[in-house]
Amino acid sequence: MNAKRKDMIATVIIDLIVAIVVGILFFLLAYILIKGLPHVSWSFLTGATDSFDGTGGIGVQLFNSFYLLVLTMLISIPISLGAGIYLAEYAKDNWRTSLIRSAIEVLSSLPSVVVGLFGFLLFVVKFKIGFSVISGAIALTFFNLPLLTRNIEESLSAVPRSQREAGLSLGLSKWKTEVGIILPVALPGIVTGVVLSAGRVFGEAAALIYTAGQSAPVTNFADWNPMDAASPLNPFRPAETLAVHIWKMNTEGLASNAAALSAAASAVLIIAVLLFNLGARVLGSYLYRRVTASK
Amino acid sequence: MLKQYSFDKTAVQTFDAQTSLALKTEDLQVFYGTNHAMHDANLAFPKNQITALIGASGSGKSTYLRSLNRMNDTIATVTGKIWYHGVDINEPNVNIYEIRRHIGMVFQRPNPFAKSIRENITYALRANGVKNKTELTERIEKSLRGAALWDEVKDSLDKSALSLSGGQQQRLCIARSIAMAPDVLLLDEPCSALDPISTVKVEETLLELQKQYTIIIVTHNMQQAARISSQCAFFHLGHVMEYTPTGTMFSNPQIPVTQDYISGSFG
Ligand SMILES: Nc1ncnc2c1ncn2[C@@H]1O[C@H](COP(=O)(O)OP(=O)(O)OP(=O)(O)O)[C@@H](O)[C@H]1O
Ligand SMILES: [Mg+2]
Repeated sequence: MNAKRKDMIATVIIDLIVAIVVGILFFLLAYILIKGLPHVSWSFLTGATDSFDGTGGIGVQLFNSFYLLVLTMLISIPISLGAGIYLAEYAKDNWRTSLIRSAIEVLSSLPSVVVGLFGFLLFVVKFKIGFSVISGAIALTFFNLPLLTRNIEESLSAVPRSQREAGLSLGLSKWKTEVGIILPVALPGIVTGVVLSAGRVFGEAAALIYTAGQSAPVTNFADWNPMDAASPLNPFRPAETLAVHIWKMNTEGLASNAAALSAAASAVLIIAVLLFNLGARVLGSYLYRRVTASK
Repeated sequence: MLKQYSFDKTAVQTFDAQTSLALKTEDLQVFYGTNHAMHDANLAFPKNQITALIGASGSGKSTYLRSLNRMNDTIATVTGKIWYHGVDINEPNVNIYEIRRHIGMVFQRPNPFAKSIRENITYALRANGVKNKTELTERIEKSLRGAALWDEVKDSLDKSALSLSGGQQQRLCIARSIAMAPDVLLLDEPCSALDPISTVKVEETLLELQKQYTIIIVTHNMQQAARISSQCAFFHLGHVMEYTPTGTMFSNPQIPVTQDYISGSFG
């Protein structure tokens, strides 16, 4: 068999594999959207759930998912930024650094249900915080941190060494070089990673079932004082998210139309996650053009 | 088979007390871990002249050059003295950031920041406290003119520096260095990534700049060394073998190893 023929066969096989992957993705998306979208309506998106049989809308859950996401990111971005910068720029190549790296790897491979149970035991039970937004956010942080840290470290390390030397040779301090020159170049990659991880966090259920809880008490959307018990911003109230809601509907949904409701909620969840992915691309390339001043 | 040359037979010139020196090293040694990459380098650099460092690949030219503004601090151990304005700047307690503002550096590969042309020049200035708008504008123009780049970019200062050609990027890097108003400029093979026309431009720039700056340049290109430098140091396996006026080095090398290197019958 000559090289040209081999090349052709290999190309065909690779194309086929790619087609299968893309096909599966489209099939899944189409299936979920076709089954769910017809049941999505404005009142479904904004309405409250009946706490007895689970019928009604997903307004509170949708809000909870976003609120939890924002809180999680507020906690995990600064920490992983610090950790990422440390690992990429300051950590010496020694046993302590490799210990840190393995710790991060172990943390990232922990099953999310284990993280959830840990959060349940520590925050919900031991610290007596109860099922709450904050317990959920901390549990999500545990499982978000390793990925974000790795993403930030990799984005920083991908910036050529010569950029660092340029900064240092102009008499800039290491920190100034890092923050003013390296970080802007790495920013598009970091933002892409953050938004992608936001998609994962948004769709997470297992870590939240025992931390943020499975109930979505009707909240008063006119009350934005985080200290009030009925306020949607109160971090100490239980907060069932969309993903948890879908899980619950499928395990203990009592309503006759539970299947339709869960399909509709799934469609909304999928659309949100797709939007995060799209957002990651758009924002990443926009930022890249901004920081490099290339039009 | 590499020819063996004695490291004892060297020809290194010194300068009399009348010559004003910008920089001088005394027994400078560099170690990368156990690798002894530079042995007892004793070189003095006269003010407002171009000195070229030549030698085969791996002979320690970059190693030596990077030691001069302490860029080797985190990678190597550097012993010996580096005299600059009567101060040994190889002492641990000198402010290396201050030193690097006085002794600027341009690297082999153009490495402009991923910022606009303007910011490439102003970023480090601002960080060092130059905030006045008019002064920044003046410095931008002056340094870009100094690097012979002004006419090509004066209408597009806000364009990305990455959109410039390699030769323009390298001149921007030179401009960025001289904007800091250093008095010594170190260049490590600044033309090796450039085409002949850009090379000529950079060389003309350097010849112009030596009126204000002391320039030390590493080059692999012997014609380049001959064209622009006043004196030349030849490095071999981590030793400075010969340091003589450029005319002497190329027409009448003093020791066998330099003779062989210049004539191309080396190793
Ligand atoms: N960062 C480093 N770590 C360890 N050893 C190094 C490092 N940089 C250079 N060396 C070693 O030091 C010696 C001199 O290298 P140097 O880069 O100074 O040579 P050079 O004369 O600049 O060569 P070239 O012309 O190829 O740039 C070489 O043996 C090299 O392996
Ligand atoms: Mg070199």
